Amino acid sequence: MAYDYDKSIRPGKLPHIWCPGCGHGIVMKGLIRAMDTCGLDRKNTAIVSGIGCASRLPGYLDACTLHTAHGRAAAFATGVKMAKPEMTVICCGGDGDGTAIGGNHFIHACRRNIDMTYVIMNNFIYGMTGGQFSPCTPTGAKASTTPYGNPDPVFDISKLAIGAGATFVARTTAAHPREIDKLITMGIKHKGMAIIEVLDDCPTTYGRRNKFRSVVDMMKHLKANAVPAVAASKMTAEQLAGKFLTGVLFQEERPEYTAQYAEVIKKAQGA
Amino acid sequence: MAKKVALLQGNQACAAGAVYAGCTFFAGYPITPSTEVAEELSNDLPKIGGKFIQMEDEIAAMAAVIGASLTGSKSITATSGPGVSLKQELIGYACIAEVPCVIINVMRGGPSTGMPTGPGQSDVMQAMWGTHGDHAAIALVPSTVQEIFTETVRAFNLAEKYRMPVQVLFDEIVGHMRERIVFPEPGELEVINRTAPTVSPAEYKPYDATKGQVPPLASFGSGYKFHVTGLNKAADGFPTTKAEYVDAEERRQVNKVMDNVADIESNEEYLTEDAEVLIWSYGSTARSARYAVNELRKQGIKVGLFRPVTLWPFPEKRTSELAKQCKAIVVAEMNLGQMVYEVERAAKGNCVVVHEGRVDGEPINPGQIAAKVKEVM
Repeated sequence: MAYDYDKSIRPGKLPHIWCPGCGHGIVMKGLIRAMDTCGLDRKNTAIVSGIGCASRLPGYLDACTLHTAHGRAAAFATGVKMAKPEMTVICCGGDGDGTAIGGNHFIHACRRNIDMTYVIMNNFIYGMTGGQFSPCTPTGAKASTTPYGNPDPVFDISKLAIGAGATFVARTTAAHPREIDKLITMGIKHKGMAIIEVLDDCPTTYGRRNKFRSVVDMMKHLKANAVPAVAASKMTAEQLAGKFLTGVLFQEERPEYTAQYAEVIKKAQGA
Repeated sequence: MAKKVALLQGNQACAAGAVYAGCTFFAGYPITPSTEVAEELSNDLPKIGGKFIQMEDEIAAMAAVIGASLTGSKSITATSGPGVSLKQELIGYACIAEVPCVIINVMRGGPSTGMPTGPGQSDVMQAMWGTHGDHAAIALVPSTVQEIFTETVRAFNLAEKYRMPVQVLFDEIVGHMRERIVFPEPGELEVINRTAPTVSPAEYKPYDATKGQVPPLASFGSGYKFHVTGLNKAADGFPTTKAEYVDAEERRQVNKVMDNVADIESNEEYLTEDAEVLIWSYGSTARSARYAVNELRKQGIKVGLFRPVTLWPFPEKRTSELAKQCKAIVVAEMNLGQMVYEVERAAKGNCVVVHEGRVDGEPINPGQIAAKVKEVM
């Protein structure tokens, strides 16, 4: 039987704005399955995003949805979660939104270990504005603002999240739909900041400039270069060149921020 | 029973006013000369079960305030000029998404870092026009420690009533001076709470103009699922580029303020009945102006003071009336000329309008204002 996504989609809000072949829809379906698996009450679920193609995702979902300003999803979401810790908070957005203009909020939300799940769709490009390079565009790649090839080094979002203090960090790709909902489910269940990086494709503004002849080529590229973290330990540095690790990359237990603040309230009221 | 009195700094009175108004959320970033507001609330909010969070930057603080407000918490941030500059985009977000919140700006001088420990009144135009796009603004300018308390309460009331950001601007002098304050009893000052929707969650539209100029705002987590965006939107909250929706929404959001100026307005007049020269001044400068009025009156000069407490929307009507009555208006403010242009516009050529300013980090003293009055006589 086909999975019932319709009950999670707001009536009349489809079709979505994403181009044919874009992976964001795959991520959205994964998110819906994960929310169903976790049994989330949509009335008590806030889905918060910034600006960009990926940030349009919340508008399609039937929940408390907050489409904010460019880069600010994690900061708005922090306000929601602090004020109402009983709500489940999910952030979503793209690589440029989350790690360039929103980079400061991203790392500090990780540091606080506030209980939210941030699904970051890394398609290596600013898609909505027409394909300018992001902090995740591979060095040497072509973007509308790197006509001679991208001179910039690249952010590894998952490593950034681990370094900043997120307590659950996982990566997968749009070519691994089953793993998307599995990892988002784990992220939602994790008490603390969970970063789920989904390597994604933008055929319109990235693929066509970078010798990907079709969406299928882009998906094949994601599949061919994804190495499960558990398998990577048995591989040589040479074998791992140009690959990206997938699966759960980091997990630890550390006091969660709103729980810590509940202790502050107790102290203030007990003094 | 005797009322509780205290010797308080303006910034402390601001924090106390916020708690009186029912504020339960503060997000901010350290900045001189406003930091005491944050310090006080970090101590006081958890005592009442409220939340205090120091964010990673000014923008994040504004974002967290809006996020918290959407869950139904009365929310506030406090900063100074550089911080307000950083917050501007999200102040606009709170305007278009119609999210109540209070922004405290303890004003210092200069563009950029300027003089962080010196007073200024040079953010008053920014309070109206700082964020991009068409929008209405409400800005209050208290001039005493007691008034900082009452105007902070009123700022929350106006924010909740009109579902928008409200700024309270006071210069560093009032923010840091210590004065006697009499705490109002609970219930003595009006405290306005947000209007919740009466329709079922299925019928709820967050921008439904048929529910009034200020449609009720539901809270996240209260059973209502709805969408909030900074894009132009239709009544249901979802983005639209349809001209008729965009136009109607933008106009409603401005008109909800401009049609209710009488409710939002607050001014004080001193010896204006027979005034031939008017001093138009606000904040700490208005206190120098009042002293100047007394001194000049002793010399037989018919001078009066108009002191706006609500700076935006601009007190157009009364300023126009006084311009017809007086020969000249002296606008005294700690800047190189900001509100003077609004006064000039409202005066419509009916009297001379001159500016008396100062930007060296020192207060404008009564003698400086009195000399200007004599000059225009």
